[in-house]
Amino acid sequence: MSKAANGRVRTWITRESLDDFAQFEDIVREIGSVEDGALLFFQGRVRRTNRGRAVSRLAYDAYGEMAERELSAICHEALERFDVGSVAAAHRVGDLGLGEVSVAIAVTSAHRDDGYRASRWIIETIKVRLPIWKHEHYEDGESHWVGAPAMEAEAPAGAARFE
Amino acid sequence: MDRISVRTLFFGVYGELAARREGSAELAADSTVGDLVETLRGPGGLDWLPERVVVAVNHSYAEAGTTLSDGDEVALIPPVAGG
Repeated sequence: MSKAANGRVRTWITRESLDDFAQFEDIVREIGSVEDGALLFFQGRVRRTNRGRAVSRLAYDAYGEMAERELSAICHEALERFDVGSVAAAHRVGDLGLGEVSVAIAVTSAHRDDGYRASRWIIETIKVRLPIWKHEHYEDGESHWVGAPAMEAEAPAGAARFE
Repeated sequence: MDRISVRTLFFGVYGELAARREGSAELAADSTVGDLVETLRGPGGLDWLPERVVVAVNHSYAEAGTTLSDGDEVALIPPVAGG
């Protein structure tokens, strides 16, 4: 991987809040360039209703060292696959309340189409590759590991992929 | 070396089902990821562990045929749910 590519990607896994999107704008201003005419920003937030159940909070478990490495690898791969200038991406771990940001992705590109495609590819790839697990707690007091076999059996094949 | 020892990590629902986050396993030298999974699923072991469980060795996804070395860190990866 070239040094130039390294300088255009910033990724991290954190227990700290990601709710403030200004920090991502600051980063891509720093690592991006004035050749980039577009900034695409995506936030994933903790949703109240998942598969018909009322969620009260979430806890994310992660394989820390590997998650750091995979998130960086995914974003570097995005630079190779799409014509984008810079990528900043972060994922939360630990306890999150409703509405809190769990994942954030900022992509700059010369033209908007590349940014949209790269941003979409990054979030979908995070969902299948990043070693992070979601423990959902419901308002009725129960809890469940999302993706655990018992729940997957009830969901249509592939349903989880594009949520 | 006749035997090797690897560190095993259990995440998410696997940690809950195994009632532990980490452990270790003794294997014959030149054992593969597949051999380790078979050992873990063996008598008195983790019979709920899928035969084709996703595994990472030293922080990278690995195939069943990957050969293990003494001191490797092997993570058992349940279906991921980031995002």
